[in-house]
Amino acid sequence: MLCVHNLHVLRGKKAVLTAIDLELKPGEVLGVLGPNGAGKSTLLGALCGELQPDQGQVLLEQRELAHWEGAQRARRLAVLPQHSTLDFAFRVEEVVGMGRLPHQSGRVRDDEIVLEALQAADAAHLQGRSYLALSGGERQRVHLARVLAQLWPGQPGQTLLLDEPTSALDPLHQHITLQAIRAFADRGVAVLVILHDLNLAARYCDRVLLLHDGRPHALDTPEQVLRPEPLKAVFGLEVLVQPHPERGHPLIIAR
Amino acid sequence: MKPLVKPRSLFIGLSCLCLLAIWLSLALGPVSLPLLDTLRAALRMLGLPIDGQGLEQAELILGQIRLPRTLLGLAVGGVLALSGVAMQGLFRNPLADPGLVGVSSGAALGAALAIVGGSLFGGLPEAVGPYLLSLCAFLGGLGVTALVYRLGRCNGQTNVATMLLAGIALTALASSAVGLFTYLADDATLRTLTFWNLGSLNGASYSRLWPLVLVSTGVALWLPRRARALNALLLGESEASHLGIDVERLKRELVFCTALGVGAAVAAAGMIGFVGLVVPHLIRLLAGPDHRTLLPASILAGASLLLLADLVARLALAPAELPIGIVTAFIGAPFFLYLLLRGRA
Repeated sequence: MLCVHNLHVLRGKKAVLTAIDLELKPGEVLGVLGPNGAGKSTLLGALCGELQPDQGQVLLEQRELAHWEGAQRARRLAVLPQHSTLDFAFRVEEVVGMGRLPHQSGRVRDDEIVLEALQAADAAHLQGRSYLALSGGERQRVHLARVLAQLWPGQPGQTLLLDEPTSALDPLHQHITLQAIRAFADRGVAVLVILHDLNLAARYCDRVLLLHDGRPHALDTPEQVLRPEPLKAVFGLEVLVQPHPERGHPLIIAR
Repeated sequence: MKPLVKPRSLFIGLSCLCLLAIWLSLALGPVSLPLLDTLRAALRMLGLPIDGQGLEQAELILGQIRLPRTLLGLAVGGVLALSGVAMQGLFRNPLADPGLVGVSSGAALGAALAIVGGSLFGGLPEAVGPYLLSLCAFLGGLGVTALVYRLGRCNGQTNVATMLLAGIALTALASSAVGLFTYLADDATLRTLTFWNLGSLNGASYSRLWPLVLVSTGVALWLPRRARALNALLLGESEASHLGIDVERLKRELVFCTALGVGAAVAAAGMIGFVGLVVPHLIRLLAGPDHRTLLPASILAGASLLLLADLVARLALAPAELPIGIVTAFIGAPFFLYLLLRGRA
C-alpha cells in the first residue's frame, strides 16, 4: 500500500504539486484526471520515487520509498511510464520477460507468466516479433504486459502506477487494457492510473482525483467528481452528464 | 526479425572460429610452421604425451614469440569487444564506442607524454621504457575517464548525455595535447609515437602480458553477471530502477570496467579501433540483443577477429608488418557505414 501526506513538489520556484494527500487502497482503481500541465505525471513521478518531493514522504507499507531494497520494492511496486524508448531489436517476449527481473521464480514459471501477461494485454499474437517492428499502440501493450508480469498474478500489498496507458490505443484495446488493470485490482492490487478519457475513468475507476494547477480539486467517487460543475471549473468544458443506459455509471458528453 | 542463430550454435561456431584463429596465429608468420607441427607442438606444450622429435624449432618459436602474441591478441580483442557492449548499453545506443568516455584519448595522451617526455630527458633506459609507456597509457586512460564521469555527475546522479559531451570535449583537449607533443618530438620519437597510435601486437612478452590478462579476465567474469541488468537498462534508466536495478551502481561499474579494460588493452597494444564497435553489432545481427548471449559471444568474436586481423597485418606485406589498427579500421569503417546506411533504408 502506497500513501503520501501533504506532498509538495517545486520546479525551480514554481510549485507544481501542492498539498496532496493520497492513499492507494488495496483492490481499488484510482483515476487521476486533469488538464495538460496539471501535475499528473509529476504526481506519478513523486509516488514512484523518481522525483524527490520538497515536502511530504511517500510511504510504501509504512516504510519510506528510498529505504526499500531495489528488488524488494520492485516486487511490490510497478510503474508504466508514458513513453518508453527501446532502440534494440528485442523480441516481444524478451521485453515482457524483463518484468520478471526482480523475481527468482525460474525460467519455466517466468515463461508461463510472460504468456499470461501478454494474453491479458491482448498481445500474445505478437510473440516472436521484434519490438522495433511494432506500431506505437502495440508497443504500449507490450509494456503493459511487462509491468503486469512484474506483479503477476497480482495480490494485496502490491501497487501499480500507470501513466496514460491507453494514449496510443484503439477503442477496443483501451477497454481491454482497463479491464486487465481492473482484474489486477480485483485480485487486491492498489492501482493509480492517469487518464484523459473521462468516460473510461467513469466506467473503470473506484475513485477519481481531479487535479487543477497542481492542487487536488476533488477526490471522490466518479459519480461525485464527474459532474458538470467540477469539470467546468477544471477543464473549462461544458458537459452534459447522463447515466449510462445499460451500466448506470456517468456518461459525460461535451455540449 | 528473428535472430539468425540460436545461442547454442552461436557459441559452438564462435568457439571453433576462435580455436582456428589461435591455430593459424600460432602457425603463420615470417617463419611459417607446418600446421600439423604447430598443433603437435602446442599440444605438447599443454602437457600431452606427444613425441617431440623434430619439434624443437617449432616449440622455440611458439614459446618465445607466437604464444605471447596470440594471448595478447585474445585478451585485447576480447576486452575491447566487451567494453563496446558495456558502452553501447550505458549510452543505450548501438553506435556507441569505448572511445566515447575518453579512455582511448587519455591513454594516447599518457603514451605521448611517456614517449616524448622520455626522449626529452635523453631517452628512457631499455629496461623500463616499455613498462613506463604502458603504465602512463593506462593511467592516462583511467584519469580522463574518471574526469568524464565526474563531469557527468550532478546531484548524485550521472547524466549520460553530459558524459557524452564531456567525453567529446576532453577527447579534443587530449588530442591537441598529443598534437603539441608531436610538434615537440624529433624524428625518431615521432615514428615511435605514430606507430604506437596505430597499434600492434608486435613485441608481446609474458612480463607485459600478465597485467592485461588479469584485468581482462576480471572484466570478462564480472560484466556477464550484470547481463540482465544491462538488458533492463536498455529500457531506460527510470524503467531499470523500477525493476529494482541500482542504476547508479550499474553505470559506475560499466564505466569502471571499460576504463580498466580498454586502458589495459591500449597500454599493451596501442590504439586499436573499431573492434569495440563492430563486434557487438555483428553478434546482435546474428543472435539478437540479449546481453546474456551478447556478452560472452562478444568475448569470443572479438578475440577471434583481432587474431585474424593480426594475421592480415603480419602476412599482407611480409616480411614487413602492418600496424593492426590500420587493418581493423579498414574492416571496421566500411562496416560502420554499412550499418548507418542500412538503418536509413
